[in-house]
Amino acid sequence: MAQATGQLTAPAEAHGHKSELIAFVVMVAVLAILPAFVYPPFLMKALCFALFACAFNLLIGYVGLLSFGHALYFGWASYFAAHLAKVGKISIPYWAGSWQWLTITNSPMVPELAIFLAVMGAAVLGFVAGSIAIRRQGIYFAMITLALAQMMYFFAVQAPFTGGEDGIQPVPRGYLFGLFNLANERVMYVFVMVMFLLGFLLIYRVIHSPFGEVLKAIRENEQRAISLGYKTDKYKLVAFTLSAAIAGLAGAIKPFVVQNASLTDVHWSMSGEVVLMTLLGGLGTIFGPVIGAFTIIAMQNYLASFGQWVTIIQGGIFVACVLLFRRGIVGEIANLLRIRL
Amino acid sequence: MDINLPALFGQLLIGLINGSFYALLSLGLAVIFGMLNIINFAHGAQYMMGAFAAYFLLQYAGLNYWWALILAPVIVGGIGIVIERAFLQWLYKLDHLYGLLLTFGLALIIQGLFRQQYGSSGLPYQIPPQLTGVRDLGFTFLPNYRAWVVCFSLAVCLGTWYMIEKTRLGAYLRAATENPTLVRAFGINVPRMITLTYGFGVGLAALAGVMAAPIYAVNPTMGADIIIVVFAVVVIGGMGSIMGAIVTGFGLGVVEGLTKYFFPEASNTVIFVIMVIVLVTRPAGLFGRVA
Repeated sequence: MAQATGQLTAPAEAHGHKSELIAFVVMVAVLAILPAFVYPPFLMKALCFALFACAFNLLIGYVGLLSFGHALYFGWASYFAAHLAKVGKISIPYWAGSWQWLTITNSPMVPELAIFLAVMGAAVLGFVAGSIAIRRQGIYFAMITLALAQMMYFFAVQAPFTGGEDGIQPVPRGYLFGLFNLANERVMYVFVMVMFLLGFLLIYRVIHSPFGEVLKAIRENEQRAISLGYKTDKYKLVAFTLSAAIAGLAGAIKPFVVQNASLTDVHWSMSGEVVLMTLLGGLGTIFGPVIGAFTIIAMQNYLASFGQWVTIIQGGIFVACVLLFRRGIVGEIANLLRIRL
Repeated sequence: MDINLPALFGQLLIGLINGSFYALLSLGLAVIFGMLNIINFAHGAQYMMGAFAAYFLLQYAGLNYWWALILAPVIVGGIGIVIERAFLQWLYKLDHLYGLLLTFGLALIIQGLFRQQYGSSGLPYQIPPQLTGVRDLGFTFLPNYRAWVVCFSLAVCLGTWYMIEKTRLGAYLRAATENPTLVRAFGINVPRMITLTYGFGVGLAALAGVMAAPIYAVNPTMGADIIIVVFAVVVIGGMGSIMGAIVTGFGLGVVEGLTKYFFPEASNTVIFVIMVIVLVTRPAGLFGRVA
């Protein structure tokens, strides 16, 4: 087992939830004011990635599982939502002498339904991939999740509905609940922010529930958790499915923000990016992934014209984080102030 | 079903070639993991560096393929030794996952630098004149260079297996993998052994890169996708056994080649599908000890 210095996440001293509450209020206030100063589409994109990183952090930070293939759930949910909102055709094959396609629906869906079904799809994918990956621990777990994501990447390249290299575009924003016109930038921002906060609070609630305590016990010492009578595989699978579903929520919102779904979001480099965001912000901190996601997206935005240098700098951040500050930005601040964030 | 023998044989040969690279790369990964407890994500980037080293040696030093076969692994292995001393040695006491994250970062840096400099289109590398031409086997034609790649990588793999399993040096290595503290107590310099092991594993990747250079063009992204397939190979074979890595590597290459002939749509995914099947039926891998 890992020694105290070598743990994936150093649990900060508990000083109640006060610091977390204050930080949450500050975060909501900042997110509410920020569109007045920063280009809203950029903020919405960053919020999608922030939620994605939070979902990823639920696994690595609180269960100690490094999934190196989280782009699978993010990217496929993005495809699902984009397809359902734009085309909406769902067919299932059945056998009647020869293979036939039974078309269930064939009309574009409202955004809320498209997002809901995409999240369910991501959860199913997460459940299947999770059941396979939790058969091995540690380093193998990371390699298996990466390999499964790569397999699904090749499916995405070949599947007819994903549009291959072109992706799915343009994705119509439509009316939410038939009332709110998402084509309006301000309405869209509020919608994305509310979805982000709901996902964020769900994760917070899970982490601080009895279920979350068991997850942390598995992270600290899986063998001991097993000997205490916990069926750790079941806990890990539920956490994995939940994480995939929330990553799917982030992915399902994204095509409405950027109005396309493409191969970029299912590629392994996206899986690497979410690891980077979480590592930079702070593994196992609640606010770390949010800070990390905004930092990385901002960097990509400002350095977009420098081509490959973005990748090189991201690699450099990886190296620096692992060697110099493993707690990440938020983790270091929390440690310095001796509070929990 | 009509079987077009030359076409089938052609795909089988390509499968064997890919299998040679899978075997060499997963062998290197297994050797490194055994000693350092680190999954070397930079392995694909180092394979690419091997191919580039061959290109540079020819372009700027006028040294041909045969020199590259010796020098490229030494040069890239030397860079590996620098990487181990500069970065990896600080991670041995930490969770294994940090090694994966750090080497992933290194891979991004290396691949990014090469792409910045050489774009993503490939650079050509000629087959050495001694190995051009084809051999007529009666039912099909066998390109000499491809036959050479398969035979030579098989020889390197078996040589590595012999060194680790049958020689005194190999015995030290295996002992240090089991219990480094005890081996140090016998007066063996284990940290230096770890450094050299990393250099050796990286050298194997570079060797594969040199051999790949005349077949695939020399390309900055050539290592990025193959490394994920090699991870699947390693999961299937399990990293506990050297022979397991070799057999799985060649075997899966052949299976991939056969899939390309019989069901080309699945050729990209067949190895991952096999990984899933193996995980469901034999979670420890074909040759693995429970990890």
